Amino acid sequence: MIRFEPLEPASLSRLILVPVTAALIALALAAIPMAFAGLNIFKAYGLMATGAFGSLFAFTEMLTRATPLILTGLAAALAFRAKLWNIGAEGQLYAGALAAVAVGTGVIDAPSFVLIPLVVFCGALAGGLVMLGPTLLKTRLGVDEVVTTLLLNFVILLFVQMMLEGAMKDPMGMGWPQSEPMLDAAALPKLMARMRIHGGLIVALVAAIGVYLLLKRTVWGFEIRAVGENANAARHAGIPVTATFIRVGLISGALAGLAGVGEVAGLKGYLTADLSPGFGYSGIVVAMLAGLNPIGVVVAALFIASIFVGADSMSRATGVSNYLADLIVAMALISVLVSGLFLRFKVRFVGQRHAEGAAK
Amino acid sequence: MSDILDILLAANFWAAALRIATPLIFGVIGALVCERAGVLNLGIEGIFTAGAMAGWMAVWLGAGLWGGVLVAALAGGFFGLIHAILTVPLGLSQHVSGIGVTLFATSLSYFIYRTALPDVSSPPRIEAFKPLDIPILSDLPFIGPALFQQTALTFLALAVVLVTAFVLYRTPLGLAIRAVGDNPSAVESQGLSVYGLRIGAVVAGSALMALGGAFLTMSAFDAFFFGMVNGRGWICIALTVFASWRPGKALLGALLFGAFDAFQVRLQTEVGSFIPGQVFLMMPYLLSIAALVLVARKADYPRALLVPYFRGQR
Repeated sequence: MIRFEPLEPASLSRLILVPVTAALIALALAAIPMAFAGLNIFKAYGLMATGAFGSLFAFTEMLTRATPLILTGLAAALAFRAKLWNIGAEGQLYAGALAAVAVGTGVIDAPSFVLIPLVVFCGALAGGLVMLGPTLLKTRLGVDEVVTTLLLNFVILLFVQMMLEGAMKDPMGMGWPQSEPMLDAAALPKLMARMRIHGGLIVALVAAIGVYLLLKRTVWGFEIRAVGENANAARHAGIPVTATFIRVGLISGALAGLAGVGEVAGLKGYLTADLSPGFGYSGIVVAMLAGLNPIGVVVAALFIASIFVGADSMSRATGVSNYLADLIVAMALISVLVSGLFLRFKVRFVGQRHAEGAAK
Repeated sequence: MSDILDILLAANFWAAALRIATPLIFGVIGALVCERAGVLNLGIEGIFTAGAMAGWMAVWLGAGLWGGVLVAALAGGFFGLIHAILTVPLGLSQHVSGIGVTLFATSLSYFIYRTALPDVSSPPRIEAFKPLDIPILSDLPFIGPALFQQTALTFLALAVVLVTAFVLYRTPLGLAIRAVGDNPSAVESQGLSVYGLRIGAVVAGSALMALGGAFLTMSAFDAFFFGMVNGRGWICIALTVFASWRPGKALLGALLFGAFDAFQVRLQTEVGSFIPGQVFLMMPYLLSIAALVLVARKADYPRALLVPYFRGQR
């Protein structure tokens, strides 16, 4: 018989210890599939570490991979704080990317200092508008947003494919379904010569600080936290619950949209239908690892990015499937859920009789 | 107009509708069993994938078709057990745990498939279930080809609906499952185990979901592809709400959905040159959202859905 005794408040050391333990457990569990694939486990871990941190190039690749994960992680963290279950960051990311190429490939010709903010704004707006739909369906009609956001991911990806094969197809693309390239003036600047790391990282870090300040220092942030704790109680206390959900939905979708902007305007330079290897879903793992804390999201995104980049590199060296990275990330989510119990509760194993006595 | 009538009057249209509905029937009934016990199982998308992969691989390794079905169900039960432990005794968020199970089951299935078959260009095929040829019935005009030339798994799905309806509404076990999703403390006061009932329902429901996946690789197709589940699990979650958690309505909803999907595929061949194919491919997802919107106001959720239960707590 297990008993949970609430711990209030959770100490800072536990707050850090819990996700770190979960990350280590997930990494340790990865030994099982690696052994199953016939790898020398120690060599494989070594390859993963050098793949993510072994050189300046590896390190900047890791930061490049972390950039969209910070933004989708923030999207999930902010929404989950209000218990608005936005599982649609993947679709919102694509909407942001589509808006970025719609504006940034030649429709408007303007200098960088006009065009870049415009592209960023349109991408964020597109992501926010995509999330506005499910949010309004939730607040107006009581439709569960989990399912609608999940289903919209598929709809938006198909819409992107339709645009890339039709109206927005690059006539110079040799028949490939891809958009025209972003104008140079619309591209986010590179942060280092000969590396892929780009200005999207700055956007992501600013967004993290912004979300942190929003939650900690503003009335809106207070309302978001109150709605997340208990929407009914918040309503009775006079907090505008519907407006809060709509704000959270718009901002959360916008953050995911920004992830898409960074990927096209900073990294790839054009849009294809395989832009994201599931950044939207990985963002959920990032948010949970971070305990829904915006600053923690940055750290968690770096961890998840190093798993992806490290496992990719290890996969290229050994030939083992890089689905291993997805597997480790999934195990990290499950272990952080379980270890989170140790953050909120003192877990005690007690005898059956004692437990029944206590329950009375 | 007459074209549309032609589509609706063709026996192979109804046969296709039933075929498309089959994995959804398994999925909706599985989701319904979990949710009736008070547990939302968003692991469904991953459990579909695991069932599809595990069933296919068992057959490919020589287990025989029904052996494959069993392996798929066991794989589903395994992932269901993980979700059940996380959400029932540990009382963790059913949303996040479900997403975690989906990510875990999907990536594990893909990893095992890729590791077992490192460099195949075209996916290996198995000898899949064949349409049953039932004497007399299969030869009936119209009804024969529409209803009685399906594979055994389709009939299994229909049987699952009947058995689930019977168990839920005609047995003490079913009463207990429904009660545990509405008012768990009342069940506890009857001396029944809330945890046992909920865990059992989630494991059984997940095994059913996995059969929906197995249908894809062992009946609809004869191979495993990445991304083949393609949101069917999420569609089932929407259909469960649409069916107001009743097995009969779940069957009806899945059939309606199958009919619509079969119809739009045929419509596509008629007008496909004017409208991009993606518009048709979006339809199932948009239709599911529409179904949710339609019933949203009167959806009668099991009252204890999403609410964890801790022993001795009122």
